[in-house]
Amino acid sequence: MLTMIGKRLMFAIPSLIGVVIVTFLLTRALPGDPAAYFAGPAATKEAVEQIRKKLGLDRPLIEQFFRYTSDLAHGDFGNSLTTGQPVAAEIRNRLPASAELTLLGLIVSVVIAIPLGVLAATRPGSWIDHLCRVTTTAGVSLPVFFTGLVLVYVFYFRLGWSPAPLGRLDVFYSAPPTVTGFYLIDTLIARDLEAFRSALSQLILPATTLAIFSLAPIARMTRASMLAVLASEFVRTARASGLSPATVIVTYAFRNAMLPVITTLSMVFSFLLGANVLVEKVFAWPGIGSYAVEALIASDFAPVQGFVLTMAVMYVLLNLVIDILYGVIDPRVRLEG
Amino acid sequence: MTVQPLLDVQDLTVEFTTRRGIVKAVQQVNISVAKGETLAIVGESGSGKSVTSYAVMRILDRAGRIAEGSVMFSGIDVKAASEDQMRDLRGREVSMIFQNPRAALNPIRKVGDQIEDVLRTHVQQAQVADRGEKAIEALEQVKIARPRERYHAYPFELSGGMCQRVVIALALACNPQLLIADEPTTGLDVTTQKAVMDLIVELTRRRAMSTILITHDLGLAAAYCDRVVVMEKGRVVETAKAADIFANPQHPYTKKLMRATPRLGVSLRDLLPEEESASFASPRVRGEADTLGSAIAPRSVAGEGDSPSTVLAEGAPHPDAPSASEARRDPASGAREHSVACGESQPLLLVDKLVKEYPRQGATAVLGKLFGRKPPVEPDVFRAVDGISFSIGHGESVGLVGESGCGKSTTSMMVMRLLDQTSGLIQFDGEDISGIAPSAFARLPQRSRIQMVFQDPTDSLNPRFTAARAIADPIMQLGDVRGRDALRARCEELATMVGLPHNLLDRFPHQLSGGQKARVGIARAIALHPKLVILDEPTAALDVSVQAVVLNLLQDLKQRLGMSYLFVSHDLNVVRLLCDRVIVMRTGRIVEEGSSEQVLSDPQDDYTKELLTAIPHPPLPVH
Repeated sequence: MLTMIGKRLMFAIPSLIGVVIVTFLLTRALPGDPAAYFAGPAATKEAVEQIRKKLGLDRPLIEQFFRYTSDLAHGDFGNSLTTGQPVAAEIRNRLPASAELTLLGLIVSVVIAIPLGVLAATRPGSWIDHLCRVTTTAGVSLPVFFTGLVLVYVFYFRLGWSPAPLGRLDVFYSAPPTVTGFYLIDTLIARDLEAFRSALSQLILPATTLAIFSLAPIARMTRASMLAVLASEFVRTARASGLSPATVIVTYAFRNAMLPVITTLSMVFSFLLGANVLVEKVFAWPGIGSYAVEALIASDFAPVQGFVLTMAVMYVLLNLVIDILYGVIDPRVRLEG
Repeated sequence: MTVQPLLDVQDLTVEFTTRRGIVKAVQQVNISVAKGETLAIVGESGSGKSVTSYAVMRILDRAGRIAEGSVMFSGIDVKAASEDQMRDLRGREVSMIFQNPRAALNPIRKVGDQIEDVLRTHVQQAQVADRGEKAIEALEQVKIARPRERYHAYPFELSGGMCQRVVIALALACNPQLLIADEPTTGLDVTTQKAVMDLIVELTRRRAMSTILITHDLGLAAAYCDRVVVMEKGRVVETAKAADIFANPQHPYTKKLMRATPRLGVSLRDLLPEEESASFASPRVRGEADTLGSAIAPRSVAGEGDSPSTVLAEGAPHPDAPSASEARRDPASGAREHSVACGESQPLLLVDKLVKEYPRQGATAVLGKLFGRKPPVEPDVFRAVDGISFSIGHGESVGLVGESGCGKSTTSMMVMRLLDQTSGLIQFDGEDISGIAPSAFARLPQRSRIQMVFQDPTDSLNPRFTAARAIADPIMQLGDVRGRDALRARCEELATMVGLPHNLLDRFPHQLSGGQKARVGIARAIALHPKLVILDEPTAALDVSVQAVVLNLLQDLKQRLGMSYLFVSHDLNVVRLLCDRVIVMRTGRIVEEGSSEQVLSDPQDDYTKELLTAIPHPPLPVH
């Protein structure tokens, strides 16, 4: 098992090197001159030139690249031009916010989608099957900013059940000491139940928004893969051996149907982690997606590079986790490790 | 006073609700099985034999239901029983063995756990520790070596025969009274088939169990069963004692089935019903047959399999045609004449010391290489083909026989240049083709002279291509026929040659029967006037009556077009019918080679003998 993990991580190195090169070149190819942006609209030509020299942008591309990679090797992602903060620190602060939101959203969606898909597959044509179809269609067709706004309108503005959608914590509470970066966990570690409740109530609406969106692919995939497995010959054998319906569905069908579902889950997770900018905007969530988009608009190299690199590493790690899960579920995969 | 049968099926009718309305898969079927009796249900695909057994266990699909009749199992009315009652019955009183054992087992659960699942369901009082022992005992009884280790094996770690033993262990774990075996040995090698069938018989006899054996193989039914039920299109056409039914078949369908089964002492033409064997002989009659066939061919699509009557209707009776025995030419002598005519100087295909090795190394070795570590002490390779040499003359057909894993398919793929050999020489028509890379071969002119017919007529056709498009494909790639009309004309000509009605040319594979699809595959293979056709088990997926027609067609085409065949098969009976010479392979080597008659009637090698004795033979019918 350990050798497999080590091997997988080693095979990820070339792709990470590729990501470093491509992001570097892409950010250099972006339209807009960061020096001009940084100098401001009133700056003279000389001032812009000066800033360009200061940022090292007048050097040949190859030299810039070597400086960039040697900085990276020291854990230095550079500084953001707009905020002046080190990118590494900003990402460290914002990534847990995005991850907490995405994970919670995904957990909610899995808890609903997988039973829904399984029930729909075991009773094709029944009301629950139709419910599954309607829910998934609604989930994909409603844009996240729309569901987000509707939820805010109903639960905050109309009913007043949830707090103002302004970040991770109510203004009256201070952030718990950082251990994991997840407020839900950190507040519990700090035994601050009030703050925990506040963090949770802030999380519920955006997490629900994400859950509604990610419900669709997971439920559809569960249903389709359960249907395929239920029609397979070993399920017929299990039935012919008189096993109880619960055993047939859980032990025989569901475990086999899990494999494609897990793949879908990993894809949905990595997509949501970086791409839920709209949700972050609607709920003023200090996440990594909105950070990257703002930097991109400002032609701010360093945060964009840092963001892409972080996502690539996350993706590699996520894939590793998925592969390990696969191995746990399917002995045939274990063999190839 | 009569003894109550264990299973009594009366007037059973099973209906399926489909989009085209209600289809009766089984109609008015009467079957009874006495205690300790072994009954065979014989029929071709679509005869309803599997549906009958599913109805007995009440595991029909959602769309199917028992419409009429009754099923009584040792006093229990299966039709009226509650689902709980049925679940208690399944596995404990009645159990089932399925075709394709590997698919019948949960791929991600240890086989021991799967046996335990059944035990846990039906044997309540057993203690936890006891169950593990019982599962091992069940594995022991099906003669699996080292059952304690196998308990922890996953199905993919076991061979096909081994998997079938596990399925049997699963079925017999709770000592049921009735075992239903649905094509339990289809897809297994003959020697494995014999071992598995012997095991089933031994175990069921010892426990005085009743058995229903569902099979398409008359030989198997005759060898292992007391009584035989013959089914055709959802109805029972004949029920008799095994010995009687072979000695004196009553129903025409039974007679036809028996004729079509390849066996000792018959020729290809004998496989066809008497009237039709004659029509196959002359091309003149074949033309008529085609027009006749096209009139009949648009059949209802409801039935899946080959309805034998329509397939056989393609060959029309002709009173003037010579009788079967006259029409028959000794294929061996024909080939001999042919090779003499062409001169002995050069065979069409010459294979010399052909070797194919596969590396057995895993990912670790690749990684070791990547980091410059020293390679493993011994490069562990697996020799799939181990230095074989043979030749095929012009117009000769050679059978390549062996069990799965013996290297016969690897050999044919190397000859086809789909695979590169490790070493050795392949000479085709005087040219050395062993140096041609598989990727380059597809565009060379030699490619058109070697063609292939594949095992599965369905999987080897593009589902989005019509029959005409499939046949035209090689012509468009390599042929010289240009223009829509010319292409269409060539396709029609080919369709006529293989006996495919022209109006079927615009159909897609799923609209054709198995036999018709096989014809499309053959037409495609002969489209470019090949000199050598590699037939990779071309009839293995077909019903016997369709197989008989296709084999005759192949023989016919060979004589008319002067082709050579390399016939890859595991079925010695079929090989003997079509081939002049036979090569028997085992673990990558040739163990015996010689003329078909000689090898099959007087085998020299022990392995060939073993293969031959493993084939179950139906008793010869009285002529």
